[in-house]
Amino acid sequence: MATKILTEHINVPGIETFDVYRKHGGYTAVEKALKTMTPDAIVEEVKKAGVRGRGGAGFPMGMKWSFLAKPEGVPRYLVCNADESEPGTFKDHYLMKMIPHLLIEGMIVSSYALGANKSFIYVRGELMYVIHILEKAIAEAKAKGFLGKNILGSGYDLELVVQPGGGAYICGEETALLESLEGKRGNPRNKPPFPAVKGLYQSPTVVNNVESIATTSWIVNNGGDAYAAIGIGRSTGTKLISASGHIRKPGVYEIELGVPVEDFIFADEWCGGIRPGHKFKALVAGGSSVPILPSNLALTLANGEKRLMSYESLSDGGFATGTMLGSGGFIVFDETACIVRNTWNFSRFYHHESCGQCSPCREGTGWMEKVLHRIEYGHGHQQDIDLLVDVAKKIEGNTICPLGDAAAWPVASAIRHFRDEFQWHIDHPAEATQPGAVYRGEMALV
Amino acid sequence: MEDVKPQLLKVTIDGIEVEVEPGTTILQAARKIGPEVAPPAMCYYQPLKGSGGKCRACLVRVAAGSAKDPRPMPKLVASCLTAVQDGMIVENTTNPQVVDARNGIVEFLLLNHPLDCPVCDQAGECDLQNFAFDHGKVTTRYEEDRRTFEKHDLGPYIQLHMTRCILCYRCVFTADQITNKRVHGVLGRGDAAEIGTYIEKAIDNDFSGNVIDVCPVGALTDKTYRFKSRVWFSKPVDAHRDCPTCSGNVTLWYRGEEVIRVTARKNEWNEVTEFICNTCRFETKKTSDWTIEGPTKISRSSVISANKYRADTIKPSFGQRLAAAEYKQIHDERDTSQLQIEQLAPERFAKVLPSALEPEP
Repeated sequence: MATKILTEHINVPGIETFDVYRKHGGYTAVEKALKTMTPDAIVEEVKKAGVRGRGGAGFPMGMKWSFLAKPEGVPRYLVCNADESEPGTFKDHYLMKMIPHLLIEGMIVSSYALGANKSFIYVRGELMYVIHILEKAIAEAKAKGFLGKNILGSGYDLELVVQPGGGAYICGEETALLESLEGKRGNPRNKPPFPAVKGLYQSPTVVNNVESIATTSWIVNNGGDAYAAIGIGRSTGTKLISASGHIRKPGVYEIELGVPVEDFIFADEWCGGIRPGHKFKALVAGGSSVPILPSNLALTLANGEKRLMSYESLSDGGFATGTMLGSGGFIVFDETACIVRNTWNFSRFYHHESCGQCSPCREGTGWMEKVLHRIEYGHGHQQDIDLLVDVAKKIEGNTICPLGDAAAWPVASAIRHFRDEFQWHIDHPAEATQPGAVYRGEMALV
Repeated sequence: MEDVKPQLLKVTIDGIEVEVEPGTTILQAARKIGPEVAPPAMCYYQPLKGSGGKCRACLVRVAAGSAKDPRPMPKLVASCLTAVQDGMIVENTTNPQVVDARNGIVEFLLLNHPLDCPVCDQAGECDLQNFAFDHGKVTTRYEEDRRTFEKHDLGPYIQLHMTRCILCYRCVFTADQITNKRVHGVLGRGDAAEIGTYIEKAIDNDFSGNVIDVCPVGALTDKTYRFKSRVWFSKPVDAHRDCPTCSGNVTLWYRGEEVIRVTARKNEWNEVTEFICNTCRFETKKTSDWTIEGPTKISRSSVISANKYRADTIKPSFGQRLAAAEYKQIHDERDTSQLQIEQLAPERFAKVLPSALEPEP
C-alpha cells in the first residue's frame, strides 16, 4: 500500500469537523511545533524534506521560505494560493472540501515557522461553498484555542483570513494574487522585487499552494528525512494528481512520486486504463499549460526507459520530447480526441484569462485563438501552422508573468507532436469539419 | 561631513561603455549614451513613478549579469526596470534575438491598432508610428476583424479613441500622480481591457489635460485641436506665462499666425517633465497671452522639423535611402513606343534625388 500523507483519512465520515479530525491525529503538528520546536527548526525540516512547490513551478519550498526577508518591525505574511483554476487541475478543491482542517493545521505550522501573525487563504471565487467550509473549520479551530491570541499558551498569535477571489485565472499567479488581495486589479507585478522581499502591502510574503502547505504538518510530525525518503531523487514525497479525460476512473489520486506513467494510467489502483474499446493517444501531464505529449513519448523517455511521475522524469528531454509535472492536472486523450480542437479550446481559455497588461500576451493569445479557430473550422491556410509556431515563439519568455508561456507551450507542443493532424485539417476542410470528425492517420496509439 | 560620492558602475551597451550611478536602469544608461543605443519605450515614462514593464518594447539581452557573476540572464529583460550592475554587458540592437522580439512586439501592438494615421491627430508625433517605422513590417499576417469598443465621452477637452490604445497605463499613472483624483482607469481584462470611467463622466480636473501629452499613441487627444491641422504643418514655439497653478512653460503650435494647440514641453525622449494646467493648455490660445522664447528645439529626427528650420537635425532620409536601395524599374510588357514616352532610367531617378545613390554616412 502506497504511503498516503494528505488523503489517509480523507474518506472518514465527518473528517471535516474538528473533533473527528483531532481523533485521527489532527493538530498534533501544531502542538509539537509550538511547544517543542523553534520556527527555524521547522524551516530546516521543510528544507530537509525537499518538498517542491505543488502549484506548478516546482520550486523547493524550504528554499522559498529561507529567502524570506526578515527586517525588524515589518510584519511578514503567509498567503495560501487556493486560486486553483488551471484546466485539468482540481486537487486543492478536493482537499479543502474534504478535509479543511488539514490546510488550517498546515497554515498554523507554516505561519509559525515564518513568523507571520496574519495569514491569508485566497480561494477562487467560484468555490463559495468551499469558502464556507473553510470558515466554519477556522471558527472551530479558534473555539478550541488553535487560532487567535496566545495559541496553546505559547504566546504565538495567528489570525487566519479566507479571501474569495473574483474568479480570474491570472490571480493564481503569485504577484497578481497579492495585488488582488490588496484590493487592486489583478495584474502581475514586475519582478524583482520578489514577494519574499516586497509582497503583500510591501512586506515580506511567502505564497504557497494549498497542497504544499498541507504537507507541512506531516513533515513536522514525522521529520523532514522521513518525507525525503518517499519519492524518487529530487522529487520527494507524494503528489495529488487530478486525473481526468478518457480514463476509466477519473479522480484525485495521491501517488508517491516516481510511479511509472504507464502504471498510473493502466493500473487498477489509479486510472484503471483507457475507457473500454479505445486506445491511448495523447497526454497532458500537468494541467493545460504544460506541453502535450503523444502516447509513445508519454510512456517512455527518448532513451527507451519508462517515464515516471516525477519532476525530473516528466521534463526529461526538455520540450522536444518532454513535458512538466506542473500542478498535476493529468488529462488523458484517446483516439477520438481531436488535438486541433483541444488546442483551440486551451487557447481560448488563455485568451479569455490574459490580464491584458503586457502586449505579447494580450495580443498574441487572441491571435493564436483566432488562427486555431479558423483551422478547426476549415478555413486554415497552408502558412497558418508556421504562423502559430512563430507567434508562440514571440510570446514565450517575453511576458511579465508565466501566463504568456502557459499560453504558448500547449500550442507549440501540439504542433511539434501532431503537425500531421493540423495539416489534415487544412488540407481536407470538408472532411475535418464534419461533426465528430477526427484525424485517423498514422499516429502512435497504445 | 563630506558627501561620499557613490561608486560609479561600468556598463557596456552594444559595445559602448558608460559609467552610471547605482540604481540606474539599463534604459537610462542607454539613453545616456544616445538615441542610437536607447531601446524604444512605449509604456515607460521617466517622470511617472511605477510606469514601465508592460509594452515589452525595450527588451534587451543581458549577456553578462555583472563583473562578479558574469552569467547571462536566461530571458530577455525589460531594460526600463532592470537596474544595472557593475560590469554588466547588455546587447540591444546587436543581438538578433532582441531585434526579433522587438519586431514581434510591433506586430502585436499593431495587430488591433486601426492604422488610421491619416486621420489621427497624433500622427507625426506618435511613439508607435516611430517604433513601427524602425521595427515593423509593411505587411500584416493578421486577417481577422480588429477589436472595437463602444465610444465613451470624456468631456469637453479630452477625446478618447480606445481602438488606438496600447494600454501603456501612462494616463492612469498621470492621473494618480499629477491630479488630485483619478476618475478613469483600466476596465476589463485581456484584449477587452479598455480605458474608461466606468460610469460615463467627464474627466474634470485642473491637470487632466496632461494625459494627452503622455499618451504614446492617438488614444487620448486634444478635443480643441481635433482635425485642425497636421503636426508637421504647425510650427512649435517655446513660450511661457505667469500662471498661478502651473509653471506656465509650454510649447505653442502655430499655424500661420494662429495658435492652434498648446502642449507641455517634451524633452528629447518625448517625455514631459513640467506638467501644465488645463487653463494654459485649453483656454489660453492668444499670442498676446504668452511671452515667446523662440522656436522649439526638436532634437530627435521628426517630421515636425522636416522642411522647416533645424533641418540639420534630420537623419539622412530613410525614405530616400529605401527608395535608392529598393528602386526597381516598373516592368511594363506593353508596347509604349507609340506613346513616345521616355522610360525613367535609374540615372534619371538619381537626378531627382541626388542623395539617393550616395553611400550612407
